[in-house]
Amino acid sequence: MSNKTVSDTASSFTAEIEGRGRLRLADCYQCGKCSAGCPMVDYMDYLPHQIVRMCQMGEDSLREKVLGSRTIWLCVSCETCSTRCPKDFDIAHLMDVLREMSLEAGLQHADASNIIAFHKTFKNGVEKTGRLNEFPLAIGYKLRSMDLFSDVTKFPKMVTARKLRFLPHKIKGRDKVKKIFAKCEARIRAKKRGKK
Amino acid sequence: MARIGVFVCHCGENIARTVDCARVAETAAKFPGVAHAVDYTYMCSDPGQNLIKEAIREKRLTGVVVAACSPRMHEPTFRRAAAEAGLNPFLCEMANIREHVSWVHEDREVATAKAIDHVRIMVEKVRHNEPLYPIRVPITKKALVIGGGIAGIQAALDIANGGQEVILVEKEPSIGGHMAQLSETFPTLDCSQCILTPRMVEVASHPNITLYTYSEIEEVEGFIGNFEVKIRKKARSVDLNKCTGCGLCMEKCPMKKIPSEFECGLGARTAIYRPFPQAVPAKPVIDREHCLMFTRGKCGTCAKVCPTGAINYEDQDEIVTEKVGAIVVATGYRVMDADLYGEYGYGKYPDVITGMQFERLLSASGPTTGEVRRPSDGKIPKKVVFVQCVGSRDNARGVPYCSKICCMYTAKHAMLYKHKVHDGQAYVFYMDIRAGGKNYDEFVRRAIEEDDAMYYRGRVSKIYEENGKLIVKGVDTLSGLTIQVNADMVVLATAVLSQEDAEPLAQKLSISYDEYDFLTEAHPKLRPVETNTAGIFLAGACQAPKDIPDTVAQAGGAASKVLGLFSSDELEREPVIARVNEETCVACWRCYNACPYGAIEKKEIKDRQGRAVRWVAHVNESVCAGCGLCNAICPSNSVELDGFDDEQLYAEIGALSNE
Repeated sequence: MSNKTVSDTASSFTAEIEGRGRLRLADCYQCGKCSAGCPMVDYMDYLPHQIVRMCQMGEDSLREKVLGSRTIWLCVSCETCSTRCPKDFDIAHLMDVLREMSLEAGLQHADASNIIAFHKTFKNGVEKTGRLNEFPLAIGYKLRSMDLFSDVTKFPKMVTARKLRFLPHKIKGRDKVKKIFAKCEARIRAKKRGKK
Repeated sequence: MARIGVFVCHCGENIARTVDCARVAETAAKFPGVAHAVDYTYMCSDPGQNLIKEAIREKRLTGVVVAACSPRMHEPTFRRAAAEAGLNPFLCEMANIREHVSWVHEDREVATAKAIDHVRIMVEKVRHNEPLYPIRVPITKKALVIGGGIAGIQAALDIANGGQEVILVEKEPSIGGHMAQLSETFPTLDCSQCILTPRMVEVASHPNITLYTYSEIEEVEGFIGNFEVKIRKKARSVDLNKCTGCGLCMEKCPMKKIPSEFECGLGARTAIYRPFPQAVPAKPVIDREHCLMFTRGKCGTCAKVCPTGAINYEDQDEIVTEKVGAIVVATGYRVMDADLYGEYGYGKYPDVITGMQFERLLSASGPTTGEVRRPSDGKIPKKVVFVQCVGSRDNARGVPYCSKICCMYTAKHAMLYKHKVHDGQAYVFYMDIRAGGKNYDEFVRRAIEEDDAMYYRGRVSKIYEENGKLIVKGVDTLSGLTIQVNADMVVLATAVLSQEDAEPLAQKLSISYDEYDFLTEAHPKLRPVETNTAGIFLAGACQAPKDIPDTVAQAGGAASKVLGLFSSDELEREPVIARVNEETCVACWRCYNACPYGAIEKKEIKDRQGRAVRWVAHVNESVCAGCGLCNAICPSNSVELDGFDDEQLYAEIGALSNE
């Protein structure tokens, strides 16, 4: 990808990010503390502060770079960055926003497919049972990612250690959880319609 | 009979670690003329000084030797203590057994022996010392302030309000300096003119201030308390007493297209002009380079229309001489020529301008009455690029230092631009943001966070024109991306330089200056407004790039130094000066030629009938600095330095040779 960018603040990238989240990108003064403390940096293609910088610059040419980056998917939302940020800038939240935008635009990084599979399984499980259940999560993830055999050797030990329950544990107010999910979905649909 | 006291200091462990102080004292007690010798941990402390004072009183000492640190450190301390006990302070000497002995030697035996020798030398010197008495010099209680910018204005007002007379000299036709050109000031966005012009008026109307505008310093002679200054009042061609400042002459002057210096070339002025409407004095001057009367010998319009007959084409430069006691140098700065950087296209593209020009565009009294319009076509620019560090921190073509004010005024520019052009976008290329100061960093962040200035960290490499746009090629090192902005206007934050005539002025004043011709303070921390020449002080950007708050603070500091100097009627100075033996002086004038201070005068010796018999050299007590050059150069051995005469120095050497 080119390293050149033509500054054009009429571009919508910065505005779109700020419109989706409770974020003011100009707040970041690029001290780099987020990158310095991020546990995932070794595997990222851009450091977290570089992602923020590109969002600040907002040129359309950078949209693909940011939304197609591996970084936004490797972020585990541990929120170390947001907690330590001297400007109170919520970097973890920015990563959420960017993941959303990346999926919508279909720009997600190739390495992200398993991560997305995991996210989806996780979300579905919570939607159905109201909580996280390890066994259905593992099965669901394996089916989605077709990564069937990794870690299977650990399976028996986890069972004997009673770390895996075969039947999912369900909470009482599952209907309420469903409502929450329904509301979110409706909001996302409304947003999409509004855009078109 | 000499009764000398020897006081050996341990300086904590500093001396005692390598020198056996007790043995030094014991040995010294046996030297001829020594009546008393002790050692003590801290001689400079209160109890230490009391040891000396008590000994002087009780043992009726006629001299004191303190064996301790360098006289640079504590000679004043111990001489004061001696004086308090009733001994002439010049009968107290120091033997430096710290810097010259304990700090440079390791062997205790050798060091102790050397310390004893040092004491022996100084005892012999004190035996030959004579009491000396301070020289008193009268002070002319009138100050000269050079430069009528905010530094000079503030210093002049502070001194004048302190009740002393001030002469303020400004080379331009009006006081006000650069600050009068500024639009609004960081970090509060006060209108510059609104806070400056009342002070300018106060200067003009202050009973203690004499104002010389359009005047320059010609020559400075003398010394602290007694300077004599020649001031050249340049021919103004307008009689300030007759002129009422009505402005009719400027209206009628046919030369209307001369680029105005005050507007940085963005506006025009006439040949008879005042730099700006709020000028002080509000009276015009004729620019003889452009006036038709001077270039072609005909016109005379201004003289014809002047209702008071104030125009005088025959006006000549006039030299006035003033006696002053102190001088404050407040000559300010200039900004670097931006055309030094061909790659930025200044001078080639009319819409590439300097920060000072942008100030004029922002100013309500400027050529566009405060609307940001580009010079080329008067259109309102929608994208403006500000380039910082143009010339600053550039070892190759500019200056290596940071100009200090650009980060702040560029943030201000970006902010004010956005306030005036709401749909405009400001871009700033910077290297580092230096916003140290009260509310300064907050100010810069405000420009970024609230007024949407886009800051790119990196320099601009090239600016060129394409399809009516200025293409700015830069980089943002934070993202590692090169940046191209298609701008409507570019503003260059050019480096702050010393005034062009700073060097010749410094030489006239005999004050020092650095390699960039900024005037040098006596000590960067502890004597920041003094120069190395007594009685001359510094204020403002003539010393180093400085913003308005720092300048005003320094001007107040300089004024307080002047007022402190003027608080007594006489100046007391050390009597260590040269003295000529008139009996043996042969008037060869070698000393006269060698003296760097001009302290040697030619004196006529007259007989009883008043007839001149011969000439001799004579030392002006108040000018002599006691450097000893005349003493060394005199072929007939007729000059002696008080406190360091031949007899005393031979006694010192003798003490070493016949132990």
